[in-house]
Amino acid sequence: MTDIGFVRSDMVSARPAPHRTTGAVAWARKNLFSTPLDTGLTILGLLFLAWIVPPLFGFFIGNAVGPNGTVEQCRMENAGACWAYIAAEMEFFIYGFYDIPEHWRPNIVFALGALLFVPLLIPKAPFKRTNAVLFIVVYPIVSYFLLAGGVFGLKVIPTEKWGGLLVTLIISVIGITLSFPLGVILALGRQSQLPIIKTVCVGFIELIRAVPLITILFMASIMLPLFMPQGMTVDKFLRAIVGVTLFTSAYMAEVVRGGLQAIPRGQYEAASALGLGYWKRMWFIILPQALKHVIPGIVNNFISLFKDTSLVYIVGMKDLLEAVKTKNDTALEWQSGNTATTGYIFAAMVFWVFCFGMSRYSIYMERRLNTGYKR
Amino acid sequence: MSQVSETIVEREIDTRHMQVSTTEVAIDVVNMHKWYGDFHVLRDINLRVMKGERIVIAGPSGSGKSTLIRCINRLEEHQEGQIIVNGTELTADLKRIDEVRREVGMVFQHFNLFPHLTILQNLTLAPIWVRGIPKAEAEATAMHYLERVKIPEQANKFPGQLSGGQQQRVAIARSLCMQPKIMLFDEPTSALDPEMVKEVLEVMISLAEEGMTMICVTHEMGFARQVANRVIFMDQGQIIEENEPEEFFSNPQHERTKLFLSQILH
Repeated sequence: MTDIGFVRSDMVSARPAPHRTTGAVAWARKNLFSTPLDTGLTILGLLFLAWIVPPLFGFFIGNAVGPNGTVEQCRMENAGACWAYIAAEMEFFIYGFYDIPEHWRPNIVFALGALLFVPLLIPKAPFKRTNAVLFIVVYPIVSYFLLAGGVFGLKVIPTEKWGGLLVTLIISVIGITLSFPLGVILALGRQSQLPIIKTVCVGFIELIRAVPLITILFMASIMLPLFMPQGMTVDKFLRAIVGVTLFTSAYMAEVVRGGLQAIPRGQYEAASALGLGYWKRMWFIILPQALKHVIPGIVNNFISLFKDTSLVYIVGMKDLLEAVKTKNDTALEWQSGNTATTGYIFAAMVFWVFCFGMSRYSIYMERRLNTGYKR
Repeated sequence: MSQVSETIVEREIDTRHMQVSTTEVAIDVVNMHKWYGDFHVLRDINLRVMKGERIVIAGPSGSGKSTLIRCINRLEEHQEGQIIVNGTELTADLKRIDEVRREVGMVFQHFNLFPHLTILQNLTLAPIWVRGIPKAEAEATAMHYLERVKIPEQANKFPGQLSGGQQQRVAIARSLCMQPKIMLFDEPTSALDPEMVKEVLEVMISLAEEGMTMICVTHEMGFARQVANRVIFMDQGQIIEENEPEEFFSNPQHERTKLFLSQILH
């Protein structure tokens, strides 16, 4: 009987984990050459890099004409990217046809925006509430009067003249700041028990989502004036912003709805049982958790919106991409084999920098907010 | 199961405050019926709970016991009859519902703490935003109740960092922070490891000792025997038997009750 009995007499104390095999050689052996197939793939990968990297390097840097170069250098046989063209036309890419002596005005808007926006992104920066109010309420008003003019003796500059990165950023920033809360409200409305609110929200979302953005922009710019009373016009720029915002908010609503559905019923019940009313329940308990779940989807929409701003060329606005295209087509003095390509590459790089920034920031935010399961 | 519950209270229960009022009605449920769609879940429920009473509701799963206590703070809607809590009748009027919920604390089987808030924030949110208590005062109250449930050192952690038993104690403290007149417990120990059941039951016993009006849906028969004034046995959406614990356990009358007790008390 005692043969199978067992009583532990000393407990096994914890000891450090065994040393892992480290070092570059061990890493390579484990990750690159662990099996014949791996080895083969590694070699193929290296060959591919050897094939693709040198020409790219040559085009972008090696044979490229630097910012201080001349058009003659760009026209030489083996010339790569013509950065000199970008440097020379940079002002147009940023401001479009905005009056050159007045460029200080958009510059102030840019600087002010950065000054207010960057602290908002840094969780530890103080005065968050004041900062947010300044950015969301005061900043747009100040920016509008600075850019449009007409007050304090500032020269009036109609929105038709605005262009380039300025337009891209204005549409994106306004679109993002408005479509997000609108999307949240639509998502809540879609879950509402009140039939009228629910129907309106579902109808709006399904209608907007079923139509391409181009169509909405067309409708906003061409058809909307037909419905307006005679003589009443709404600025084209404003119409584009409204179109982009409504479009994104419908998508946003569905993303947020996904987040709302991921919240267990117990959370609603616990909040209700404590006596919290609908709005407090949503604001303090449900939305913080739901939105955290769908940060990737939300940022996805922000990125889409940012890139979709390039569609406003359809209604005759010169955003960054359209500004580049205009110069490519009209700047005859910069005509060379790679001028247009370089222009488009530049536009792509600018878009990429902004979108990549958003993506990285969202990942940072996700990690920061991941309290629920942190051990 | 009964082993755990038998050992929970080795100490004498302090009965000084455990008086039941004979005149003040805390909860009055009259001829109440509830349906889920076509399914008649609660049938002709009549239940009067006096202030200071401690009621244990037992019964097989699906008997409607959780649904019944969830009707008392209107997490579920009833279709017929009346439910009157602290003199307020529950109707579709949202204002009245929130009024009742403010005075009725509820503890859930799965704790339902808010995972994105710290323990302290979990405890102070409702007092601050529902009762309008200043933050400092709410935090002091929260710390007081955390000390009562013996985990003040966890105040700044997140729920995910606590054990099940600790989370349930936090959930009880969260309800108490609203200074409720009535506490509802919906199987508070069913999701806990056996070793953690005791710490939660001890908190509940100390609440009973202070004279809290309590309704507990639970399978802890040891707890029922020692703390309850009345045990209510439910099956198929109806109250089948109702008696003082001593009588209920030693001399059950209804066949269904006898069967149930023979199944759970070996």
